[in-house]
Amino acid sequence: MHIEVRGLNKKFGDFQAVADVDFEIEKGQLIGLLGPSGGGKTSILRMLAGLETVDDGDIVFHGKRVNDLPPQERGIGFVFQNYALFKHMTVAENIAFGLEVKKWSKQKIKERVAELVDLTGLSGFEKRYPHQLSGGQRQRVAFARALAPEPQLLLLDEPFAAIDAKIRHELRSWLREMIDRLGITSIFVTHDQDEAIEVADQIMIINKGRLEQKGTPWEIYKNPESPFVASFIGESTIIEDVSALRGFGGSGELPGTKALIRPEYVEIGKEHDFELLSATETGRVRHIHFRGSEWLVEVQIGAAKLVTYRSLEKEILQPGDEVRVLIHRAYLFNDTNSWVMENKLKEDPMPVHI
Amino acid sequence: MSSMLQGRWWSWGFRSTVMLYFIVLIIFPIIGIYGQSFSSGWAAFADNITEPLAWKAVLLTVKLALIATVINMFIGTMSAWVLIRYRFPGRRLLNSLVDLPFALPTAVAGLMILLLLGPRSSVGGLAEKLGFTILFHQPAIVIAMVFVTFPFVIRAVQPLLEEMDSSEEEAAYTLGATKAATFWKVILPSMLPGILSGAMLAFSRGLAEFGAVVLVAGNIPGKTLIASVYIFGEIESDNAIGATAVSVLLLTFSFLILWTVNYVQMRRKNG
Repeated sequence: MHIEVRGLNKKFGDFQAVADVDFEIEKGQLIGLLGPSGGGKTSILRMLAGLETVDDGDIVFHGKRVNDLPPQERGIGFVFQNYALFKHMTVAENIAFGLEVKKWSKQKIKERVAELVDLTGLSGFEKRYPHQLSGGQRQRVAFARALAPEPQLLLLDEPFAAIDAKIRHELRSWLREMIDRLGITSIFVTHDQDEAIEVADQIMIINKGRLEQKGTPWEIYKNPESPFVASFIGESTIIEDVSALRGFGGSGELPGTKALIRPEYVEIGKEHDFELLSATETGRVRHIHFRGSEWLVEVQIGAAKLVTYRSLEKEILQPGDEVRVLIHRAYLFNDTNSWVMENKLKEDPMPVHI
Repeated sequence: MSSMLQGRWWSWGFRSTVMLYFIVLIIFPIIGIYGQSFSSGWAAFADNITEPLAWKAVLLTVKLALIATVINMFIGTMSAWVLIRYRFPGRRLLNSLVDLPFALPTAVAGLMILLLLGPRSSVGGLAEKLGFTILFHQPAIVIAMVFVTFPFVIRAVQPLLEEMDSSEEEAAYTLGATKAATFWKVILPSMLPGILSGAMLAFSRGLAEFGAVVLVAGNIPGKTLIASVYIFGEIESDNAIGATAVSVLLLTFSFLILWTVNYVQMRRKNG
C-alpha cells in the first residue's frame, strides 16, 4: 500500500506529541521509525492504525483519505510491543480471530491458519496458550495473527523490545526475510539504531514530534541533516572549539560552531604510521577498553578528548603513551547551519616533484 | 548448622500451630455437627431430613440464593466495570463503599431493608399499588441476600479487569472486530473466571445468611422460612438433631461449592 502523510499533528493536553510530520512511503518498503523514547514515534504509528485520533493533517492510504476510518476498516495489521495476545485462546485461535470476525468460512480459516503456522515456524504449538510460549514464539504468534486477515500495511510497535539480545538478532533477520517474501508495506518503531540500520529500507528519525530526516540508513549516516541526527546515529564526541584542532583552523570564523567527530573519523598511531605528520596532532592515550573485536581508545588532545577504535592486529597502546592523531573529517554545526569538513592538511601542501 | 536447625524447628512449630488452629476452629466443629446429626441413628437423621418443612426451607434457600447470585453476577460485573473503566468524581468513595455489606452487622442491613421497603415506605407503597408485597415475602429475602453478597463478584472481577491490557482490545479492533464482538470474545472471557468464582462465593454466603433475612422474611414455615432460620427455630424448640440434619445438608452443599471455586481458580491459573 502506498502511504502519504501530510501535516500530521497530535497533542496530548499541552504536550505536542507529533508536529507537522510529512512523509510518503512506497509500496512494499520496510520503514523504521527511529528516535528517542517519548519522541512521538508510537503516536505516529497509532494514528496510522486509527487507534489514536488525528488533531490536524491527513493520512492517505492508496490515494484515499482514511482519517475518519476506524481501525477495523483500514486494512492494517498491528503488532503490539507486549504482543497483546488473547490469553484465553490457543495459538491457532489467536491467529484465526481476525478471520472469524470477518466471517470467513471454516475451511478457509483452517487453511489460512495452517499456512501462517507453517510460515512462522509454529508447527506443533497450535494448541498451546500464550503463557506456555517463549517470548520469541509469542512475537511470532502476534506477527501471524496480524498477517492472517491479509492486511495491506503492517505496523509494528517496538517489536523486539521485550526479547533478549541473542534471539532478537535471529528474529530481526527472520522478520526482514518474511516481509521481503510477502512484499507487504511495513513500518516499525524502534529506539535501537542498530535494529533500524540492520532491518529497514529507509529510516525516519523522529525527535520531539518532528521528522528530522528520512532516507536510507547509509544516507542518514553519511549526510546527517541536523545535529540531532548526527549525534543520534553512530557514536560521536562533540568538540566545542574545532579551530584548535590541526587541519580545521579557519572553520571557526563563525562563533559558536561546534564539531561532531565520530570514532571512525579518527586514526591514531606512532609517528612512523603517518605519511603526512603535518596533518596530525600530538595526543596522549587516556584509557583503553577492550571491546571484544577491537580496542576503544580515549585520547586527549589539548583540552579535547576524542574516542577512536584500533585494530587488535596493531601494536597495543598503553595509557600515557604519546601518539599522533589524524582527524580525517568533522561534522560542523552551529545554530543555523551544518556541514561536513575534511581535514585541510590531508592533501600534501607541498607535493615534491621528482 | 545451628541456624539451619533453628530454622527447621521454627518452620515445624509454625506449621503445627497453623494446623492446630485449623483443627480446633474448623475440623472439630464440622465433625461435631456430622457426629451430632447421626447421634440418634440413621433413622432419626432420615426422619428429620425428610420432614417437609425442613426440605421446603432448604429448597427455598437454594432457590432464592440462586436468584440473588444471578442478580449479583450482572450487577456485580457491571459495577466492577464502571469502577475500573470510568473516571468520575466519587469513584474512590464508591469503591470503598462496596465493602460496606461485609463490615456492617447483617442485622443492621436487615433493619435498613425493613425500613426502606415496608408497606408504609414509598418503595413498599409503590410495590403495593402494583399488586405485590416485598416485605415478609420472597422478594425481601432476595434483596437481603443480594445486599450481603454484593461485594463478592465485584471484588473477584476487579483485579482481572485491572490486569487486562487495553492493547488486547486494540488488537481485536485492528483485526477487524467490532466493539460488541470485542466485548463478547475478548473482554468477557477474561472476566469470566472472576464472575464465576465470585458468584460461587456469593451463592454459598447467600445460603448461609441469617441476620439480614430473619428480620425481613416473615419466617412463615413452608413459605418464607429459610434454612438458617429453620435451624435457629429447631434449636429454640430443643430439637438439636433436626437442626444438625439441616446443617449437614447446608454444610455439604457449601463444601461442594468451595471445591468448585477452587477448581475454577486452579484451571484459571494453569490455563
